[in-house]
Amino acid sequence: MDLSFSKEDLAFQDEVREFLATSLPTDVKDRCDRGLHPTKEGQIRWQKILNEKGWMAPNWPKEYGGTGWTISQKYIAAHEFGQASAPIALPFGISMVGPVIYTFGNPEQKAKYLPRILNSDDWWCQGYSEPGSGSDLASLQTKAVRDGDHYVVNGQKIWTSFAHLADMIFCLVRTDSSAKQQEGISFLLIDMKTPGITVKPIYGIDKENTLNEVFFEDVRVPIENRIGEENKGWTYAKFLLGNERTGIARVARSKRQIVRLREIAAAERSGGKPLTEDQDFINKLTRLEIDLMALEYTELRYLSMIAKGKKLTAEPSLLKIKGTEIQQRLTELLVESLGMYGAPYEPERAYEGRNETPVGPDYANGPMAEHLYLRAATIYGGSNEIQRNIVSKMVLGL
Amino acid sequence: MDFELSDEQNLLKDSFERFVKDNYSSDARAKLANTELGFSRGHWKKMAELGWLGLPFSEDVGGFGGTAVETMIMMESMGRGLVLEPFVSTVILGGGLIAEAGSPAQIEAIIPEVIEGNMMLAFAYAEPQSRFNLNDVETAASKSGSGYVLNGHKSVVYHGTTADKVVVSARTSGNSRDEAGISLFIVDNNVSGLSRRDYRTIDGQRAADIMFENVAVGADALLGKEGTAYPVIEKVTDYAIAALCAEAVGAMQAANEITNEYMKQRKQFGTPIGKFQVLQHRMVDMYMEAEQSKSMSDMVAMKLDLGDEMERRKAVAAAKAQVGQASKFVGQQSIQLHGGMGMTDEYSIGHYFKRLTTIEMLFGNTDYHFKRFAALSS
Ligand SMILES: Cc1cc2nc3c(=O)[nH]c(=O)nc-3n(C[C@H](O)[C@H](O)[C@H](O)COP(=O)(O)OP(=O)(O)OC[C@H]3O[C@@H](n4cnc5c(N)ncnc54)[C@H](O)[C@@H]3O)c2cc1C
Repeated sequence: MDLSFSKEDLAFQDEVREFLATSLPTDVKDRCDRGLHPTKEGQIRWQKILNEKGWMAPNWPKEYGGTGWTISQKYIAAHEFGQASAPIALPFGISMVGPVIYTFGNPEQKAKYLPRILNSDDWWCQGYSEPGSGSDLASLQTKAVRDGDHYVVNGQKIWTSFAHLADMIFCLVRTDSSAKQQEGISFLLIDMKTPGITVKPIYGIDKENTLNEVFFEDVRVPIENRIGEENKGWTYAKFLLGNERTGIARVARSKRQIVRLREIAAAERSGGKPLTEDQDFINKLTRLEIDLMALEYTELRYLSMIAKGKKLTAEPSLLKIKGTEIQQRLTELLVESLGMYGAPYEPERAYEGRNETPVGPDYANGPMAEHLYLRAATIYGGSNEIQRNIVSKMVLGL
Repeated sequence: MDFELSDEQNLLKDSFERFVKDNYSSDARAKLANTELGFSRGHWKKMAELGWLGLPFSEDVGGFGGTAVETMIMMESMGRGLVLEPFVSTVILGGGLIAEAGSPAQIEAIIPEVIEGNMMLAFAYAEPQSRFNLNDVETAASKSGSGYVLNGHKSVVYHGTTADKVVVSARTSGNSRDEAGISLFIVDNNVSGLSRRDYRTIDGQRAADIMFENVAVGADALLGKEGTAYPVIEKVTDYAIAALCAEAVGAMQAANEITNEYMKQRKQFGTPIGKFQVLQHRMVDMYMEAEQSKSMSDMVAMKLDLGDEMERRKAVAAAKAQVGQASKFVGQQSIQLHGGMGMTDEYSIGHYFKRLTTIEMLFGNTDYHFKRFAALSS
């Protein structure tokens, strides 16, 4: 057991700081810090900078373009990115479909898609959930029927984040309706420009459009776009969900948000004094900070176990549960710190063509938007109820 | 002791509920919230015709002499429908302050107009530095000739966008947070030197920041005796808090019904999700929070009608703290139990969540009223 950093680690830390200080675009940083959704243009611009530096995929094996960082280096990079409010790469390509492709894809698929993911040439979205299949994902109904060297896909996906911006969607489809639910599913990569695909926006409670419905009507998908074997898609889907769960914890970002909360609280007044002198407020902030610290060291402990080749079962579900609950408490406290300036809210497009910025202090622009959106954090990626079911079954044997 | 409604109160309740049923389907409410105005002048007229805008005013100022209990009954219904008309701003706050502190001439000029639905009001009390402290007033009113000149910045004035007149708290003497030295003024919302920044709030309502720059008003704008407004402000905002508690109770009950129904309809894993025990227990917790809140809201309304000042303060602080916590829990869990559905703007549950979120903040959040109660109890 050892928590110290080596000389090389410290040099690496300097390198990361230097890189972020010189290369992170201020507009991208600002949106990330406020908790506003990234713009497509800004996100891609930043991801291309990351790729040029070779830092796009810290978790990929080196042979596919990963960084080959040690646990300490990954930790240092995540921490520094968080503190600098540098967005991490959007998960759909880098954290979700990328690992599926390099783990289960064939050489042609690897050669075709991995470099384009690294260079953000394709914007990916995730076509898992359907109107009747959310928590019970394996009941999904979107059908793919073989027709020569194509699948013909019919059905509907829902809650598809950023589908309206996407070039590619990875989809779970039913290829065998007679088999047991889990055994009739295949994993397809589909070009969003294929005829027969319609994307319909869903406006969220934050009044922004990140969610969509995606309709498939006789959509012809080449057989070579299937990952792995037909009817084995559930295996790949679960592999992906495992990665998704770990990624959602976002410890480094929450650490930065604690700092930001302190900054805001120092500027806010309560009874003539800074809010940071309000004992109730500080108690809540401190509790959050310590919970976050416990989560951080849990994550590191698990990573260290994995690095030493130990097998985990459903422990990462804990990271998802605790991480998202902390994010929600944090945004709640951020909104609370604003007093009545927590209440004003309009979606971003409402400001188009208006010579105005949101009312109140500058830092009031963001917390409510994020608070509203992050109510979903305990729902997406497998709801926290489902995660608790998994832990009780897989870890505790109940 | 009796928690049951009288026959007349039941009739009144029926008419509130009918109004909500006829005018506040979730589609109609969403449309209305999206208009420029954010509510309906037609509804406002109807409320006036039904006598509701005069309900809380005593008979000697031309009202119908309703008690706080009747206001509670009304606000519960309004909460169920997430009604958008500025009843609290105009009648309870603006009208309440004028009825409480105004001169006969002021009352005569304004209250009948309010009751008939011809005049809307708003109360501008919060300031960027004040947070929830009613005594933290830096807006200044300095004597000038026989009148006053106002300077300052009032923040998040609910319905300051549409009010014809604004009641403003301003300091005529003393230091920033002194309770003594605060005065109230009635100002036309378009008076020279007043500028406004209008905006929408997350609960679909409208608010404004109002800036006063050398706004000159006559002596007749002063409401009550100079420098003595604090107890009046505290009393009237306590009535507003009680009204908001009742609104929250209605909103929580409606949110729980919608969620409960959804849990029976929505199937996953071949069974209604309401069959999962962890969700049943959650729903029971939500139900209990709404029940506890209902009790506190009833209690506070009856205490207001008893008229004891100290009792009133403690009851209001306790009720707001309880209702604030419950509002957050019920609002947030309603979304959670709906899954993705709960996150869509098109569906009603998110709107309950958002209104419950702002009620928790308005006139002091949960922490603020915990502290207030503790201070009153020690
Ligand atoms: C903002 C957002 C972004 C999303 N992005 C994507 C995306 O990009 N791609 C994609 O495919 N999907 C996406 N999703 C969908 C997400 O994965 C689903 O919402 C989630 O799986 C829950 O499914 P559901 O919405 O159908 O809710 P339901 O499954 O109907 O769940 C409703 C409630 O019941 C509970 N519940 C269900 N089953 C059980 C059980 N067995 N025991 C206890 N409780 C249970 C749930 O926890 C929840 O509280 C997104 C969702 C949101 C809100």
